[in-house]
Amino acid sequence: MEKFTTLSGIAAPLPLINVDTDMIIPKQFLKTIKRSGLGVNLFDEMRYDDDGNEIKDFVLNKPAYRNAEILVAGDNFGCGSSREHAPWALLDFGIRCVIGPSYADIFYNNCFKNGILPIVLPQEQVDVLMKDAEKGANARIEVDLAAQTVTSSDGEVFSFDVDGFKKHCLLNGLDDIGLTMEKAASIDAFEQQASAARPWV
Amino acid sequence: MSPKTLYDKIWDAHLAHEAEDGTCLLYIDRHLVHEVTSPQAFEGLRMTNRAVRAPDKTIAVPDHNVPTTPDRVSGGMNEESRIQVEALDKNAKDFGIHYYPVSDVRQGIVHIVGPEQGWTLPGMTVVCGDSHTATHGAFGALAHGIGTSEVEHVLATQTLIQKKSKNMKVEITGKLRPGVTAKDITLSVIGKTGTAGGTSYVIEYCGQAIRDLSMEGRMTVCNMAIEGGARAGLIAPDEKTYKYVQGRPHAPKAAQWQAALNWWKTLYSDDDAHWDKVVTIRGEDIAPVVTWGTSPEDVLPITGTVPAPEDFEGGKVEAAKRSLDYMGLTPGTPLSEVKIDTVFIGSCTNGRIEDLRAAAAILKGKKIKDGLRAMVVPGSGLVRLQAEEEGLADIFKEAGFEWRLAGCSMCLAMNPDQLSPGERCAATSNRNFEGRQGRGGRTHLMSPAMAAAAAVTGHLTDVRDLM
Ligand code: SF4
Repeated sequence: MEKFTTLSGIAAPLPLINVDTDMIIPKQFLKTIKRSGLGVNLFDEMRYDDDGNEIKDFVLNKPAYRNAEILVAGDNFGCGSSREHAPWALLDFGIRCVIGPSYADIFYNNCFKNGILPIVLPQEQVDVLMKDAEKGANARIEVDLAAQTVTSSDGEVFSFDVDGFKKHCLLNGLDDIGLTMEKAASIDAFEQQASAARPWV
Repeated sequence: MSPKTLYDKIWDAHLAHEAEDGTCLLYIDRHLVHEVTSPQAFEGLRMTNRAVRAPDKTIAVPDHNVPTTPDRVSGGMNEESRIQVEALDKNAKDFGIHYYPVSDVRQGIVHIVGPEQGWTLPGMTVVCGDSHTATHGAFGALAHGIGTSEVEHVLATQTLIQKKSKNMKVEITGKLRPGVTAKDITLSVIGKTGTAGGTSYVIEYCGQAIRDLSMEGRMTVCNMAIEGGARAGLIAPDEKTYKYVQGRPHAPKAAQWQAALNWWKTLYSDDDAHWDKVVTIRGEDIAPVVTWGTSPEDVLPITGTVPAPEDFEGGKVEAAKRSLDYMGLTPGTPLSEVKIDTVFIGSCTNGRIEDLRAAAAILKGKKIKDGLRAMVVPGSGLVRLQAEEEGLADIFKEAGFEWRLAGCSMCLAMNPDQLSPGERCAATSNRNFEGRQGRGGRTHLMSPAMAAAAAVTGHLTDVRDLM
């Protein structure tokens, strides 16, 4: 997994609530057995018309946002299906950070496993950044994970919370399976005790 | 000992490790696997030379992608679907996990197969790379969906890295009125709490109306806990649970049964346990409901009318505008006048035998409205068999329904069962998202009895008018 430390990038505004993972990556693209290559189909049904032509006014089709690395989103982003194809598609497009007032639980966790930082900020602060993002390619938003801050293009600084363990893994690009395997002794001990207590499992 | 909720008890019994910062390793008793969210996880194991730690606790079945037409074994599967199913065939074999291939009569939707085969038991932790894993909570098991990286993590370590969620109680008091079902309960709860109302919580459903539900009905309720944003939904086990479980192929037997029962009987929330959030709904207040929009929280009684964007506040105004436009609905239209093109009965929400019985009871001796497309997709091969034995299949076929093989089918339309743009569907599944059942397709969620009623009249219908 690629490390996430700091990012200074163009932010695309997507002011919709309840954006679900079916919207982020529709099911016809879940037939892959790989993780890569999903970026062209990110937001497919909002991004292309029935003939596969780009819909001009969809945000990621506008010239200013084609290289966006940050997405400013609405409430409850990533709800619905658990498909990790959603963060894979975001990442493949080039999005490394999402900023919004809230996320669905599974999507939120999936982001961290793929080097994407989902930032939670109060609605008023997201509103400020949404306006900022609407300014287009000249307005770069800065994110510093170690300091836990987001800085708007006008220099306004917002602090965010993030779980310590998730932050550590993201800052260092750590694979958490490897970390868990270091605790094999605890898992072995638990397994023995549990199979004595509940042998039917 | 301080009082605990059911969730607290299951959590404590599965805590394999707790770090100083509160990050926990939760031990996983059952890992269910399907073809769509697992290939990259198995690929990860191969690349790192890792094995499946507990193949005995890992069960795989293809469901999302498989066609449900009778020709599926003889080549009715498109190239990409075939590749995923074959990958699962191979992964199950290479890693030595339990497997129900497409050709096995026990094959079906993973959340129907697990309980049916006795893999899901009270007090367990159950995960699957699918958000509707919440279904298994009906047994008093802590069950939730995970992403593919977590699938790989569980395969390799039989644990999940977790932080504990908060406790939420959803109580449905009293009795349901005639024509009101488990689906109406679960949709009404989401209508009240919203799709993010359960975020960061595990819900326990309780109260008389929940106790009165069959196991099938309880699974329907827990299935949609995820639509309410919760990590999981739980119902404390009781005599009905034990009765459902007993004698299933992988349920404990003889002395182990007794030992299991003794533990299961301790699985309830203590009287004075702490709840972070409580929602109470009177069973008598729940009506047969349908969804009108593109979010599962867009729920109204069938006697209602299509709302206007101005009826809402905040971001929901814009969302409602977009929904109404997508759904092709005009505010003020009575819901019961909305004409439909298609009926889909099936999915892990409502693809069990009781659901088929409820729909068949409405359809018996009737025909579907001329020009309508209607299909029933049983949740598993065994549900299908039983429905044939009970004569339900004949009722559906005589009414004009297609009688399919088991799978997810038009719930998510990964296989050829899809809506075309603008096509309007009465569906018993769980998601009415834009494009969920096919690009441009319009989905109204409802109970199996309501879907059957709509099939007869050709428009959204109050099932009580046909009872
Ligand atoms: S039936 Fe639908 S919701 Fe259930 S597992 Fe299949 S696709 Fe998911």
